[in-house]
Amino acid sequence: MTERARSLVMGQDEAAALGRATVEAPFGNALVELGRARPEIVGLTADLGKYTDILPFRDAFPQRFFNVGMAEQNLVAIAAGLARTGKIPFATTYGVFATRRAYDFIAIACAHGAINVKIVAGLPGLTTGYGGTHQAIEDLALMRMIPGLTVIDPCDATEIAQATAAIADHPGPVYMRLLRGNVPIVLDPLSYEFEIGKAKLLREGHDVGVISTGFMTERALDAAATLGGRGMSVGVLHAPTLKPFDADAVAAFAGSVERLVTVENHVVVGGLGSLVAECLFERGMVRPLRRVGLPDRFIECGSVPVLQDRYGLSSERVIEAVASCP
Amino acid sequence: MPRDNLHSETPDLNALRFRATNLRRHVLEMARGQGQGYVGQGLGIADLLAALYFHELRYDPRNLTWPDRDRFLLSTGHYSIALWAALAEAGVIPVAELTSYGTDDSRLDMSTLDTTPGVEIIGGSLGQGLGQGVGMALGLRLDGAPARVFVELSDGEMQEGATWEAAMAAGHFKLDNLVALIDCNGIQADGPMVLNMEPVADKWRAFGWATSEIDGNDMAAIVAALRGAREASGQPKAIVLRTTPGKGVPTLERRERAHFVRIEPGEWNALMEEFERTAETISD
Repeated sequence: MTERARSLVMGQDEAAALGRATVEAPFGNALVELGRARPEIVGLTADLGKYTDILPFRDAFPQRFFNVGMAEQNLVAIAAGLARTGKIPFATTYGVFATRRAYDFIAIACAHGAINVKIVAGLPGLTTGYGGTHQAIEDLALMRMIPGLTVIDPCDATEIAQATAAIADHPGPVYMRLLRGNVPIVLDPLSYEFEIGKAKLLREGHDVGVISTGFMTERALDAAATLGGRGMSVGVLHAPTLKPFDADAVAAFAGSVERLVTVENHVVVGGLGSLVAECLFERGMVRPLRRVGLPDRFIECGSVPVLQDRYGLSSERVIEAVASCP
Repeated sequence: MPRDNLHSETPDLNALRFRATNLRRHVLEMARGQGQGYVGQGLGIADLLAALYFHELRYDPRNLTWPDRDRFLLSTGHYSIALWAALAEAGVIPVAELTSYGTDDSRLDMSTLDTTPGVEIIGGSLGQGLGQGVGMALGLRLDGAPARVFVELSDGEMQEGATWEAAMAAGHFKLDNLVALIDCNGIQADGPMVLNMEPVADKWRAFGWATSEIDGNDMAAIVAALRGAREASGQPKAIVLRTTPGKGVPTLERRERAHFVRIEPGEWNALMEEFERTAETISD
């Protein structure tokens, strides 16, 4: 297999090349662990079990796993029905299909009644080279507009595992982005503590404050370290929960720096950058703000590293953006 | 429990018809208060709801969250007028509350929310009910619960693709604790069926459902079909009910078939008299 083809198929599996330790299928393995303790947890997928890391759960609890075929509206409806009988359903598919195709079902069958459904969505943002059909570039914006829905974009294997447990404990509907396969460890599992609705200060700095979400936090930390070596003081606030958004932490962080950069694996419209701007403006805080994220357009097919660099998500491009922040 | 003859082998059909007449009276009084509403659908589905709430469903009006209760899901949320009538007649909500139908801050909305006692899902976004019923049937089966799930949906609603996603899944999972009640009244928002759905019963059979087709305003046929649907056959059950919108008020039955009926204030007394006269003649 050529390098480009490998990248197309594997999508996110660049961690080894970056020299980080990885964890295989952190979501699926965390779900198995939870499933042992909690018989009410059930798993569902819409013909993407293999590609959303949920097969370990199927293998451990075959009676509690339902593959509903290629039918994402029905996936969400069935999950809602299961939840109404006291189950805690984790339903997996790709983000594009969950959000674009099953939107009304997430809104009405799940969120409207505060139903306890967990939607776990693969291929977030630009993590596949399959083009606009598979790249969930606007899922966070779509989901954060639904009343009562909790929206999470985890950073790494540590956070995926912790967030899976946290959302199982959280009574109510959740949309969580999935990082699948061999997922790098960025956050120290011994010291990091994920909490729904809380942003975490990962690095102090006073020149530029970077607010990041999802795996882009890894790149934000890389940028901060690199620029720190050049004498620039860059702080990093990681905001894995887009809704409810930790506006207090963002405001406090913004107050401690001169300039702000938001970094997200998502279109710059309606995602983290928009949230930060909204919450600061409402509080009367003004900071120069650069929003790093995907442009307002559909993205072509290609290899993931090339596309991520082309559209501003590679570490190099993040470093440039932070370094040149006005 | 206010159930006249639950699962009786010799159900008192006249008692059920009497209940259906009461439901229709409630529906008309509620619509009269509003001057409009989904009267046609409410009158058309009254026989089915009477059979469900006073013969077929296992539930306790004083313990609505009883885990082993049978679930009734009204997917067509705009049929709420009939559901409120049934829930009042069954003692779940006060009859006196029915006059609040459709008014500001009433629990008895023109489309169902799950915050009203006795309502299992938020209906009204058509095509969402059956899939939720599939999920409930799976969950109850997983628990080994004896409960069954009844999902009402409509002929127009079959045009939503999600209906067939759910139908496929129910057949695949062999959910014989699931019963689809398909109200075929021949009307949808834009008037008479804008897209032909026939042959309805054949479609459900092809998706793996044990299917019967009946006159949905014939109490004996409804009771017989519901009895047939109790069989643990390894298949989900579908009952196709051919109903007449406005049933029980001949003037409304003859009126041009409309999704949303508006009745002029001057018409009501005559319609109510006609309804009561017609009701007196119902008994076999």
